[in-house]
Amino acid sequence: MKKKELKLVVTFHTTADAMAMEKACKEREVPGRIIPVPRAISAGCGLAWCAALSDREGIVSVMRAVGIEEEEIHECMV
Amino acid sequence: MIYMDNAATTMHKPQCVIDAVVRAMSSMGNAGRGANDASLSASRIIYDTRERLCRLFGGTSPKQVVFTNNSTESLNIAVRGLLKPGDHVVTTMLEHNSVLRPLYEMEKNGVRLTVVKSDEKGRVRISDMEDALCDDTKMIVCTNGSNLTGNYVDIESVGKIAKAHGVLFVVDASQTAGVFPIDVERMNIDVLCFTGHKGLLGPQGTGGLYVREGIAIRPLKSGGTGVQTYSKSQPAEMPTALEAGTLNGHGIAGLHAALGYLEETGIDAIRKQEQALMRKFYEGVKDISGVTVYGDFESEDRCAIVTLNIGEYDSGEVSDALLTDYGISTRSGGHCAPLMHEALGTVEQGAVRFSFSHYNTEEEVETAIRAVRELAQEE
Repeated sequence: MKKKELKLVVTFHTTADAMAMEKACKEREVPGRIIPVPRAISAGCGLAWCAALSDREGIVSVMRAVGIEEEEIHECMV
Repeated sequence: MIYMDNAATTMHKPQCVIDAVVRAMSSMGNAGRGANDASLSASRIIYDTRERLCRLFGGTSPKQVVFTNNSTESLNIAVRGLLKPGDHVVTTMLEHNSVLRPLYEMEKNGVRLTVVKSDEKGRVRISDMEDALCDDTKMIVCTNGSNLTGNYVDIESVGKIAKAHGVLFVVDASQTAGVFPIDVERMNIDVLCFTGHKGLLGPQGTGGLYVREGIAIRPLKSGGTGVQTYSKSQPAEMPTALEAGTLNGHGIAGLHAALGYLEETGIDAIRKQEQALMRKFYEGVKDISGVTVYGDFESEDRCAIVTLNIGEYDSGEVSDALLTDYGISTRSGGHCAPLMHEALGTVEQGAVRFSFSHYNTEEEVETAIRAVRELAQEE
């Protein structure tokens, strides 16, 4: 397994929200990618958006701009 | 074969729809069930399809687009998920069994039902719908276009009275989605129910609802959602609240391509073409001796449907002769619209429905006119 790093992880209520996030970030060239929700955040299933800690501002502004409601924004080892 | 049963399903699909389904079947995983490439490709195309449908129907959020198997499932979700014992609901004689049967079942559970009558041409007066409203009316549910006569219902006017009286407005757009302009905001539609395989030109097994933001519908089904695994109840967030189980990703990929085709071609252009073919056929058959055409042809706005009978012939016999002697596919019999047949007086005889697509040609219409004329002469 690859070495873990501290990352920003955004979780969502629905898959549709996660897809809206991915699309909005791609359109605005905000880096990051979809990952399975890490166990440290929530047991079970679901998709999360993973990005560098330094991208928090960009990510939050994308979410506000397109009206995506996050479940939570975490900082965790991924 | 000359296919004129497009109100049942549009058999001729754009090639891009077929290609998209084939591509999806060799590349798509299960949407929302993982972060692998195959699963994500399904999730992405499904989300993009929500966006396209939201745009087509003038919605405010793609999250309010819910996928189902067809209009019937959508209407069941809306009717059963919004009405409670003690509520009153208003509908019309134009409705399909996909509206009527859920309503009849709700009636057994204590919902009060008023069915607004139509005239002998299958027209319903909007003022009669307003007159049917009471203090306890919860919902108006009606079609946007009759699957039997092709008569168009002015849902913008119905939406106005629904809004003025504070009742929910549920629309069955089975015959109109993808052909007539529908704007859920402007028309005050609370729940729009549609199928993917008719005017939207997608595969069978696709359909859905657009639900106005803020309206909570009790789910008909609960189950796997790809999120909140350890919660004992179905998630409340849309669209997941109303989507339990694996979606028809392969079909939705086809619907996605169909919506792209509609955006490119323009639904106004498609509607004009269909209506021109329908008018040509109507003008060609309406004065043939022994032919009875049903419905309202005075109005410009109508679905591309012409329903008729020849003398006292059984409609099934006429439909069979059209197929065997002329290679024309039509639908006969009862059309799942029992009250409309009562209004037209065709319960016993049924009726022969010709329904057109923009893929039909003028030559095909001319053949169909000749066929009706010759069969009528045999009477």
